[in-house]
Amino acid sequence: MNAVIEEHHDHDHKPSGLGRWLFSTNHKDIGSMYLWFAFTMFFVGGALALIIRAELFQPGMQIVEPEFFNQLTTLHGLIMVFGVIMPAFVGLANWQLPMMIGAPDMALPRMNNWSFWLLPAAFGLLLASLAMSIMGMGSAPNFGWTFYAPLSTTYGPDSTDYFIFSVHLMGISSVMGAINVIATIMNMRAPGMNYMKMPIFVWTWFITAYLLIAVMPVLAGAVTMMLTDRHFGTSFFNAAGGGDPVMFQHIFWFFGHPEVYIMILPAFGIISQIVPTFSRKPLFGYSSMVYATASIAFLSFIVWAHHMFTTGMPVAGELFFMYSTMLIAVPTGVKVFNWISTMWRGALTFETPMLFAVAFIFLFTMGGFTGLMLCIVPADFQYHDTYFVVAHFHYVLVTGAAFSIMAAVYYWLPKWTGNMYDETLGKWHFWLTCISANVLFFPMHFVGLAGMPRRIPDYALQFAEFNQMASVGAFVFGFSQLIFLYVVIKCVRGGQKATTEVWEGAKGLEFELPSPAPFHSYTTPPQVK
Amino acid sequence: MHSEENHKQYNQPANNRLVIRKLLLLVAIMFSFGYALVPLYDVFCDITGLNGKTGDRVSLVKKPVVDLNRKVRVTFLASLNASMPWEFKPQMSYIDVHPGEPTTINYIARNTSKNPMTGQAVPSVAPGLAAAYFQKTECFCFTEQALKPGEEKVMPVTFIVDSQLPQQMNELILSYTFFTSHEKTKNLSSSQSLSLNQDHKL
Repeated sequence: MNAVIEEHHDHDHKPSGLGRWLFSTNHKDIGSMYLWFAFTMFFVGGALALIIRAELFQPGMQIVEPEFFNQLTTLHGLIMVFGVIMPAFVGLANWQLPMMIGAPDMALPRMNNWSFWLLPAAFGLLLASLAMSIMGMGSAPNFGWTFYAPLSTTYGPDSTDYFIFSVHLMGISSVMGAINVIATIMNMRAPGMNYMKMPIFVWTWFITAYLLIAVMPVLAGAVTMMLTDRHFGTSFFNAAGGGDPVMFQHIFWFFGHPEVYIMILPAFGIISQIVPTFSRKPLFGYSSMVYATASIAFLSFIVWAHHMFTTGMPVAGELFFMYSTMLIAVPTGVKVFNWISTMWRGALTFETPMLFAVAFIFLFTMGGFTGLMLCIVPADFQYHDTYFVVAHFHYVLVTGAAFSIMAAVYYWLPKWTGNMYDETLGKWHFWLTCISANVLFFPMHFVGLAGMPRRIPDYALQFAEFNQMASVGAFVFGFSQLIFLYVVIKCVRGGQKATTEVWEGAKGLEFELPSPAPFHSYTTPPQVK
Repeated sequence: MHSEENHKQYNQPANNRLVIRKLLLLVAIMFSFGYALVPLYDVFCDITGLNGKTGDRVSLVKKPVVDLNRKVRVTFLASLNASMPWEFKPQMSYIDVHPGEPTTINYIARNTSKNPMTGQAVPSVAPGLAAAYFQKTECFCFTEQALKPGEEKVMPVTFIVDSQLPQQMNELILSYTFFTSHEKTKNLSSSQSLSLNQDHKL
């Protein structure tokens, strides 16, 4: 690969001040905005989680009312899923895709601007409902992030309509982001880069974008049905009018299950970029990685009812969804073995991104195994709606998706800023985060298996010790993220200059651009052999 | 894949427009698919008899085979949607029937409100898997029921429990929920949800 990078300062005219950000069509500026937005929401959603964990520190009611507790779990879930993980991945896509495929920018820069700026509006609406609740003006959404009918229709608080329009805006934003990603990957690849030469992160985002386009409209349909059920006399989810509340769960999880892969496939891509770099070996089994990602995406559409085993499905349905769910372990296993094989006999070094990547492989696999336990129908009747489920999805989303995002930020931050981050502080951040995350989430397995239900503010006395451990872990985890914030700010402001290659074993077009990467990535296409 | 000209110029607006158009079409299809799930779900439940759905039409029954060696208890329930101000009850709380034997029982409804009202009963059979073996040859739930203020109406339902009913099922529950048809539903249910919200605050 030989790239000719021209220095062309006259093209880099950035508008100054607020206008640079409001009207930006630059993939790097928009990517930064996405990432900072996700980072901000991470602290907002985290603060809500800390109130939850403070309440659960001991049995009995201490800090919040049960009604407010329900609002906390609901908003924590919604913010972390739609406001942190998804925007962070879109931010990474914005920064990295053009650089990795040798393009100057995203294919649709104006739409890119719009899809970002819908997000503050969406979360403004959602957080407004919380603000009103705190000021005593009625309840914020309190039905859990899954907003099952009739909790969200017949019994939903008035602020449910804020939530509905907020989800509409998020959906439009995600769909436009996905269209942009697909158009960019299809039309802007450097000459010679055919599909099977694309970096894995590009591949996983390509497939994720298709998942987004396939399921976000279904979510939009579900909330629209809720809206008309609430205000326009329809009865989609109202049994009295001939509808069915269980159908809500089917429609929701038809969106919801692909959604969980939307939140993990880009993570697989990130890990597949980082592990080869710090193993100083090419990725083991590139094409099997691509096919595994595609298989996971396909299977994600036919497993949704494993969230609903206790709704009274016929045995044939339960068996189908159990086996199809187990099938997902096969392509996921392929990926895990490929990462391990990549590290096998490699010249390994453990800089912060690699530490996060290795922790991801181990901890995500644990989350995967608890997922396999949950998909076994007879066992699921015991685990359903307990803290075991909470432990499972926090292992895949926090030590999985969130760890991969942190890994990606450490990995590419020197390329973005031109400066190396503080490795000592990065290691501190990693070890505190990794240990506290396990102190936080591991005991949840035990209380869950012992029967502690999720989404309750109080619990039986025998669960107290494990809950105290989890709460201590939560506070250490939460405050450790301030180190991350400090490291990022410090790196943006200065530090040891990063080289073009940044990491000794780094391969890929983004590491052929100077550090920091120029405002317009590849104005002259590189030739990929 | 790329022609020599394309090497110089990245932006391919024509290609982008094509991609956007195709993807927007996909978005529209998937949005409609979300709505299509509603009738699909009903059809699926009707065909399989899942979810306690007994079908809204008269069952066409071939000459029924009566199984005199077996008795099945059918329990009758009546409930009203929260916004429905009627009285509604079955004439008996249960009946023991032989599978295959046509049986008629009556439900009684009375409009206790001051307005003429139209209602519709929605049937459900429990356990859900038994719904496929529960055939109604006549039912007041097939049509809307209009009652004047204070009017009382005796409404028959004729059913046959299929003799193919699995051996382990000895007891079925037939329940009806009456709800208001037409415009009334909307106004009443919105005031209903208001009062529920107030309860919620207390």
